[in-house]
Amino acid sequence: MKKLLTKKSTRMNLLTYLLVTVAFIVMQTLASNDMLKSSTKGFLIPVCSYIVLAVSLNLLVGVCGELSLGHAGFMGIGTFAGIITAALLADVIPNGTVRLAAAMIVGGVIAGIMGFLIGIPVLRLRGDYLAIVTLAFGEILKNVISNLYVGMDSGGLHMTLSSGGLKLAEGGVMIVSGPRGATGVTKLSTFAAGFVLILFTLFVVQNLINSKEGRAIRAVRDNRIAAESVGINVTAFRMKAFVVSAVLAGMAGALFGLNYSSITASKFNFNTSINILVFVVLGGMGNILGSVISATVLYILPEAMRGLKDYRMIIYAVVLILVMLFTWSPKMTAFSARIKEKITGLFRKGEVSHE
Amino acid sequence: MSNYSKKMVEVSQVTLLREQDAHKEPVLDVRNLGIDFGGLTAVDNFSISMGPTEISGLIGPNGAGKTTIFNLLTSVYQPTRGSILLKGIDTKGKTTAQVARMGIARTFQNIRLFGNMSALDNVKVGMHYEIPYSFVSSMLHLPSYYKAEKTANAKAMELLDFMGLADVADHQAGSLPYGVQRRLEIVRALATDPAIVLLDEPAAGMNPSETAELTDQIRRIRDTFHIAIFLIEHDMNLVMNVCEAIAVVNYGKIIAKGTPDQVKNNPAVIEAYLGRKDG
Repeated sequence: MKKLLTKKSTRMNLLTYLLVTVAFIVMQTLASNDMLKSSTKGFLIPVCSYIVLAVSLNLLVGVCGELSLGHAGFMGIGTFAGIITAALLADVIPNGTVRLAAAMIVGGVIAGIMGFLIGIPVLRLRGDYLAIVTLAFGEILKNVISNLYVGMDSGGLHMTLSSGGLKLAEGGVMIVSGPRGATGVTKLSTFAAGFVLILFTLFVVQNLINSKEGRAIRAVRDNRIAAESVGINVTAFRMKAFVVSAVLAGMAGALFGLNYSSITASKFNFNTSINILVFVVLGGMGNILGSVISATVLYILPEAMRGLKDYRMIIYAVVLILVMLFTWSPKMTAFSARIKEKITGLFRKGEVSHE
Repeated sequence: MSNYSKKMVEVSQVTLLREQDAHKEPVLDVRNLGIDFGGLTAVDNFSISMGPTEISGLIGPNGAGKTTIFNLLTSVYQPTRGSILLKGIDTKGKTTAQVARMGIARTFQNIRLFGNMSALDNVKVGMHYEIPYSFVSSMLHLPSYYKAEKTANAKAMELLDFMGLADVADHQAGSLPYGVQRRLEIVRALATDPAIVLLDEPAAGMNPSETAELTDQIRRIRDTFHIAIFLIEHDMNLVMNVCEAIAVVNYGKIIAKGTPDQVKNNPAVIEAYLGRKDG
């Protein structure tokens, strides 16, 4: 165990789990003691969802080195697959938590399948081209969903993409009605479920990075030609990263969707994809803890500034620019290196005292 | 020290390996290889056969097509003419990754390491296909992961130690000194458990003492791992010292083949390097 702790990556991983857990306990205690404003309570679950999205996109952008601008598309698929699953299982599984888990799993699986299918043509491209094509596919996914009509009646599940909508038998319920989106959704998401999903995501992504698959994925990012020269099948590993990323985004989408009583596909547009990308870039490419923190801060920031009305997006933008400038300035880099040295120094002292 | 060095002592007494190889199937058998880029014939009629434990050199003036030949051997380019047999199997139509898994490893003239990864991880990427755990175990870190990683770590450290790089195992590959990076590339190539290693200018940018050390190391690699080594090099000291056979190319064609002494005194080679005496 001691040997494990001396590895820098392992230390960072444990620190990430620890911070997330502490934050969860604090927020949960505050919430259960009614010490949070209802608006604050309202964004606990979306924050969880965006953390998962940022971490999963970081796997693709930071670790694999592929710029994807269609992440919200996978989130949207997860959302609607999750909502439909939850509605279908409403009678079969009365327990909300189990139903939520099932919805997240189905959302993840379907997003993963779509990721695989989209990956086949898209992953032939690289760099800017890949970014543009993922952007297009993200928009396609969104538009397909906003033309999707799903309903349930005595005859079972019905689905159509035609603008006429569905003709359901008497007593039938529309689950998703095209551009109007999903309405009358039973809210199933809980903060605890969000926390569990974050832990699951961190577990999978951090483990993956420190495994042979993760090494191969990072190798492809660092030098594709060299990776091929040692036998790494570049496309296969990009695909693995792409699909895992899509699965996690789908699960986060299900959590997100089941937090609202109604939701439309227009939520999963280009803006949302860019927002998630901003979380990743600001948190640091390949830096998982950074993604967690920046997703939290950047989601809360505009919400907390709602009082400032029209000025809030200006302030948000200025904050973004300042943070970027500061983190890249040489003086700031030197400063943070000193701080890091101090912190790792503390860790080392701690280890010695254990002996 | 590692058990590689123990093996080395036994084998280094064996001399005249080329004669020993004479009764074995060649590891690499290249016949009439050629490639055209548009109207330019970069390589033409290139044939070479290498024994399983042979050290051969490929020399020639700049732009003679040496690296193109390496790129053909590793399927970076598909040849226009001719065939490449690796351990008796034709590599036609195979991808670089497939050919690498068949047993051909290489280093690059302009170093291509995984710069943001540790030296140890660079070597472990080379070992990817012999680490046995599954994708699920990768994500969930099942017991098989810990067992296989431990074995892989030990082997990677042993390989690094073999080239005197054990001290830098945890350093970021991109931040290592030039000479160390060159040697790390060789270790990564060896980690793929190859039958033949192609070294593209391994001594480039090294000082004389580093080059001397490298000369020893190249011999030790062959004697320890019993593999063939094919190298491109401009440092004639290294080439003449370490190679048992040398092929000289100019304008994409072989102009001379033979032992170092034969090549050194070949008039065509002297002409290619120095020009003709009287124009």
